[in-house]
Amino acid sequence: MLAKRIIPCLDVRDGRVVKGVQFRNHEDVGDILELAMRYRDEGADELVFYDITASTDDRTVSPEWISLISSEIDIPFCVAGGIDSVAAAGARLSAGADKISINSPALARPELINELVGAFGTQCIVIGIDSFENHGVYRVKSHTGDPDKMRETGREMLDWAKEVIDRGCGEIVLNCMNQDGMRKGYDIPQLSALRAACPVPLIASGGAGEVSHFKDVFEQAGVDGALAASVFHKSIIAIPDLKQSLKDSGIEIRL
Amino acid sequence: MNLVIIDTGCANLSSVNFAFERLGVAPVISDDFTIINKADKLVLPGVGAAPYAMNNIKSKNLEDIIRAAKQPLLGICLGMQLLFDSLEEGGETIQGLGLIPGHVGALDTRDLPSPHMGWNQLHPLSDFALVNNINSGDHAYFVHSYGAPLSEYTVAACHYGNPFTAIVRKDNVMGCQFHPERSSKVGAQILRNFLELEL
Repeated sequence: MLAKRIIPCLDVRDGRVVKGVQFRNHEDVGDILELAMRYRDEGADELVFYDITASTDDRTVSPEWISLISSEIDIPFCVAGGIDSVAAAGARLSAGADKISINSPALARPELINELVGAFGTQCIVIGIDSFENHGVYRVKSHTGDPDKMRETGREMLDWAKEVIDRGCGEIVLNCMNQDGMRKGYDIPQLSALRAACPVPLIASGGAGEVSHFKDVFEQAGVDGALAASVFHKSIIAIPDLKQSLKDSGIEIRL
Repeated sequence: MNLVIIDTGCANLSSVNFAFERLGVAPVISDDFTIINKADKLVLPGVGAAPYAMNNIKSKNLEDIIRAAKQPLLGICLGMQLLFDSLEEGGETIQGLGLIPGHVGALDTRDLPSPHMGWNQLHPLSDFALVNNINSGDHAYFVHSYGAPLSEYTVAACHYGNPFTAIVRKDNVMGCQFHPERSSKVGAQILRNFLELEL
């Protein structure tokens, strides 16, 4: 059986790993390669690197650190941040990224998804969606890396998800912004709503605070993977303990 | 060990190269006939769309040299699929290298998400040396939407909605549907087995 994936997310700013609360007030949590190696050794199934300043500062992630990560780690990793062209995506994949994740640039120009899928195949194109719940409506935001540049998109989460699936993306990461950094659990209702409409792999993001939150999101929302940052960076949850506990609960896990 | 990674112009060459470097060998990435001919072992990587990869192989005139190779040849992911007679992609069927009988078609994942993405279990069906020290249930990292059904050439099976070939072998030609370069210790073991393989 396919194992559920545990995915530490490393928000990268200026070559360092940082973490904020609800996408604000970022603090330094470590060196990129050091953390990547630590998570690999602890049994992470995949890593995601978000260059959170990329879209907002109108620049793209550096292929140099991608190559460094690729040479050292033997698990898959995805790179995100300001990738707005086939050329920019190709440079990152050539440097060794297994997947690229697109967020703000896809909202600005949705045809980009089709172009990337055409050039590299559906399997390496991930769409990140930042969704904020307000009065029961899930709205998509863009440029969430910098609170001053964050924008409303006028789109509802499920509509946008359907569009990116139709355009050929191979995976969706749903960042539930209300939960981000709060450690009160994933947004099960929102993730379940998307799961029902999503034939591609779905990754939950935002809200992990304890082991039971991972168990709940796998069992109740049926997601393929769960992404988390602060609980891993701050060693609140140890990945080996988390995976053993999930396995003991009967969830398919790679140990 | 003179290991050559055949440069098909596809994107994941460096990851495969790094994986062998971690095992202490220094592969050469090349599309040069002489270099490929002199290799002790060959690797055929590949990601992306099959027609694009096959066209690259043809435009570099690599088709005949790969077909004529007598050395152990390891195809990875799309590189493995290209070893078969034919491949389906986006409703079209294209000719493969024809080194292993069979057709690569769209995976029937039933009600499971597609692409098949993540860590799934290998189930060795033969004792071919490529699966030395690989146990049934060991996880490897897969990312694909197409696959080959089980056949007499299947060395290891995987199951996602339906069973399919995870490792294949005919004579000197073999392949992994998953990415050994991204499959942690299990993947490293398979690459080490390939390096140590004597046919």
